[in-house]
Amino acid sequence: MKQSDLVLQDVSKYFGADTVAVRNFTQAFEGGSYICLLGPSGCGKTTTLRMIAGHETVSGGTITLNGENIASLPPARRGTAMMFQNYALFPHLSVLDNVAFSQKMRGIDKTSRHRKAQELLDMVQMGDFADRYPAQLSGGQQQRVALARALITEPTVLLLDEPLSALDPFLRIKMRSELARLQKELGITFIHVTHSQDEALALSDRIVLMNNAEIEQAGTAQDIFNRPRTEFVARFMGGHNVLNINGKPMALRTDHIELDTTNNNASQGLRGSVSYIEYLGRAVEVTVTVPDQADITASIPDHRYRESSLKTGEHVTVVWQPEHLQALS
Amino acid sequence: MGTQTRQTLKGWLLASPLVVILSIFLVLPVIAIVVVSFWGSTAYSYYPDFQFENYTFLLTSSVTLSVYLKTFMFTAITWLLCFLIGFTVAYFLAFHIRSLPVQILLFMICTVPFWTSNIIRMISWIPFLGRNGIANNTLLSMGLIDQPLEWLLFSEFAVILAFVHLFTLFMIVPVFNSMMRIDRSLIEAARDAGASGWQILTNVILPLTKPGIMIGSIFVVTLVMGDFITVRFMSGGQSASVGRVISNEIGLLQYPAASASAVVLLITVLLMISIMLKFVDIRKEL
Repeated sequence: MKQSDLVLQDVSKYFGADTVAVRNFTQAFEGGSYICLLGPSGCGKTTTLRMIAGHETVSGGTITLNGENIASLPPARRGTAMMFQNYALFPHLSVLDNVAFSQKMRGIDKTSRHRKAQELLDMVQMGDFADRYPAQLSGGQQQRVALARALITEPTVLLLDEPLSALDPFLRIKMRSELARLQKELGITFIHVTHSQDEALALSDRIVLMNNAEIEQAGTAQDIFNRPRTEFVARFMGGHNVLNINGKPMALRTDHIELDTTNNNASQGLRGSVSYIEYLGRAVEVTVTVPDQADITASIPDHRYRESSLKTGEHVTVVWQPEHLQALS
Repeated sequence: MGTQTRQTLKGWLLASPLVVILSIFLVLPVIAIVVVSFWGSTAYSYYPDFQFENYTFLLTSSVTLSVYLKTFMFTAITWLLCFLIGFTVAYFLAFHIRSLPVQILLFMICTVPFWTSNIIRMISWIPFLGRNGIANNTLLSMGLIDQPLEWLLFSEFAVILAFVHLFTLFMIVPVFNSMMRIDRSLIEAARDAGASGWQILTNVILPLTKPGIMIGSIFVVTLVMGDFITVRFMSGGQSASVGRVISNEIGLLQYPAASASAVVLLITVLLMISIMLKFVDIRKEL
């Protein structure tokens, strides 16, 4: 185990006697990796992040970083830094002073802390905005400043609470790739809380998917997407159908489905009728209503759809390769 | 009639009720005071005139200077105490009380003194602070003093005590309001950056509360500068203030002199406020 590994052992958070926010969270995060805590709202992912940051006390368990249990240390002594969801920039301080804030708190003189802050601002391409105030910046610019302010403390682990949720879709994708680039450059651990599976798939070395205060599944992006263990994971990650095969729930990716209009394969597939067709640009999603099953969605590449003659109401057979079925528990 | 003119007219019409009210109840009286301040007077009469004698007398009298100095002293000490108490109370309410119902309840308790008139509130100090009052009796029976303290009542101490009692709420309310607007994640961000409790107070909370402090300060300063009744009651008539001078002059039917004093006081207070506003932009808060 590396020094920079972050290990959470049985970390729990209770609010009062009956409300459980996080139950027995156990995970080891390799130092220098990009981790996404993914899940629906209220699943406990933000609480977990805040416990790592030290803004929420743990009700039980240990958090180990750099070889010591940091669970009861104050936030600034943990080797973590947090970037807040709304960026939480100080409105009364200039961009430069915002970034230099932690150095000022440590009593570092003005010249050195401003020099250091300017370096960080240059790194996030905000060097020209040092004299501005947060209210004069756009959302994306504020985020860069918040990033610089968190990174000036030279953390081992950077904690990001829904960092992209306040941005418009175009900027979100741009910042997403910048976060990934920055993480590779700095080589420190990023723990990123999100409810967007796209974000998690695009960024993560490792995804921890949470539901109802517990870890539902943890693994690489490919693991989680291709081998969902539960129906919740399959549905939350999207792009999957949950089929009932011989009384057992099975996940089947929507793009691993063929729709056969000739009905030659009727014996090995599910017969149904097309109820809805949605054009998505690169692909077309065809919803098929099958008796005794939930609706099945097939994702068909655009050119294949044009070659076919699929239309609403048509009878089709839904077929797939057996190895693409993924058993769920 | 063009759209432009019609819009302008509409604007004026919409503003007219306020213009009428302010004209009748603020602008006209002030003009009247300014006009009367140039009138002449004898010991038993006054007459319309345009002369500067009232001002010459006022501005060359050593009494004016000492009375102003005394009033400034009351203002400064009262402001300081109101600020210290008001800020502390507001801080406690805003940052230490987590539940909104408790916050509202405690806030209501702060306003309890305002459920009665300020004369009653002042008079109620008398049995407490008097020579044989509760304070002296308690201190005597505890053996902390052998003689009743004379300076508790009818003294400058009593005046300032009453001012602070009367006006601290005017500081608490705007400061509390400012504090409630501070995004709580800013405090977490400061803590994340390693700020101690004191550093959070001085580097985050205090700067962000400045507009509220300034609004409260304007209330306190204008109220103390213009007061005459508190000074008369609580000092037992032994202490002077600008307001009391004006009140006495009115009592002696010296309206021109009183008007001149009022104009000088008005200008002084306006100057003080404009200086205070130089330091803080309160528009964001309104």
